[in-house]
Amino acid sequence: MTNEPVVDFATDWDHTDPRWVQDPYPIWADLRERCPVAHTDRYGGAWFPVTHAGVTAIATDTEHFTSRTVVIGNGRPMEEAPPAPIGVAPPISSDPPFHQIARRLILPAFAPGPVRQLEPTVRALCRRLLDDLGGRAVVNGGTEYAQHIPSAVICRMLGFPESDEARFGEFVHVVLEGVNHPVDERIEEFAPIEAYFDEQIEDHRLRPREDLTSYLLNVEVAGQKLAVEHVRGTMVLILVAGIDTTWSAIGSSLWHLARHPEDLARLVEEPDLMPIAVEEFLRFYAPVTMARLVKRDADLLGCPMKEDDWILLGFPAANRDPTVFADADRFIVDRLENRHLAFGLGIHRCAGSNLARMELRVAIEEFIARYPTFTLEDPGAVTWSQGQVRGPRHLPLRVSA
Amino acid sequence: MRVSIDAERCQGHGRCFNLAPDVFGFDELGNGVVLVVEPADERTRRLATIAEVNCPEHAIALDD
Repeated sequence: MTNEPVVDFATDWDHTDPRWVQDPYPIWADLRERCPVAHTDRYGGAWFPVTHAGVTAIATDTEHFTSRTVVIGNGRPMEEAPPAPIGVAPPISSDPPFHQIARRLILPAFAPGPVRQLEPTVRALCRRLLDDLGGRAVVNGGTEYAQHIPSAVICRMLGFPESDEARFGEFVHVVLEGVNHPVDERIEEFAPIEAYFDEQIEDHRLRPREDLTSYLLNVEVAGQKLAVEHVRGTMVLILVAGIDTTWSAIGSSLWHLARHPEDLARLVEEPDLMPIAVEEFLRFYAPVTMARLVKRDADLLGCPMKEDDWILLGFPAANRDPTVFADADRFIVDRLENRHLAFGLGIHRCAGSNLARMELRVAIEEFIARYPTFTLEDPGAVTWSQGQVRGPRHLPLRVSA
Repeated sequence: MRVSIDAERCQGHGRCFNLAPDVFGFDELGNGVVLVVEPADERTRRLATIAEVNCPEHAIALDD
């Protein structure tokens, strides 16, 4: 389904507009000049702050903005009555004080220690994927490489059957890209996903294992096990937020390197530069945009915001704000000062950021070790995902002559 | 130079211990901790400075 074309992004923006999907940066730069907060009546009313200051103000204000849902759609989620403010996907959809309880449950699994232990597995996986490309001259860096890395890692962490990995792409697509579908269609689209997770939960109840699903089923808060809605919500979060995001970051980085041989050569020659370069990939091609809902009518950021208005929380736009980043629209592979917001800001900082950063670094290291030179085969054929996660889907790379 | 992290501000972005692992470590939740409070040499002080200008939450302080 395609929405009406946008005439002016300042007053009628739509993040599913084909121009935004193809190349949002000029649109954001233009908005930053004209209005620090853009508005649209689409999706039942939504605001889009384009500056670093605006994004920061909203991300750190849980008083006026709720995370009850973080993906903009045509409907509004039901407000849950306390004392069970679980939300659809805790902790990303939770507000204080429940948020901290739900977040602390999952942080240890994604902390640097466990993530470092996964690194050899991820490296072996990348090498196997490269082996499987079988020496072809042109490969799809998106669907034949980038996508499989986080899919396989998350599949393993949740303890799902490896053979199901192929289905995850479709799940993620439904959740993140079907955002402009009518509400009743959305409910229908979600049903098989919920059924799949319920099957996995049932299987883990019967056969407990050493994985995140069994952990969530057994962990106790104040002497009580988690509600099954909480377990399922967190599992959905880990799957959806753990796959598309990192896949997009890897894809965008490869897309960049294919078009910038000087940066590619530098990384091949100076592998110690990778940790710095990874942060610049994350700043420049930050894949994730979040959303908030306005809690109650208030004048905020100079705008008359109404209860249940959406906020599109554009971390990628904040990362291009020239008042915060020198040469903001230039990719600088060795940029030393880089307070980017690719993983958000405040209490909802991406819980999987250590994992994502490791996967991105290892994926690039292994790809450029195998293919020290590669180019974009057909720039016009590259396609980008729509919605709140941005990355190349079809990415034809010429890896040998 | 005296290095400190404001634990109230730190949200565990992990920038400090990735860019300057000689100066910063992490706790079991992934929040940053200072390993070297008073860096003794120029190289370590430079690493601490790089970490400071990369912290999105402005949680790191470098005092004279």
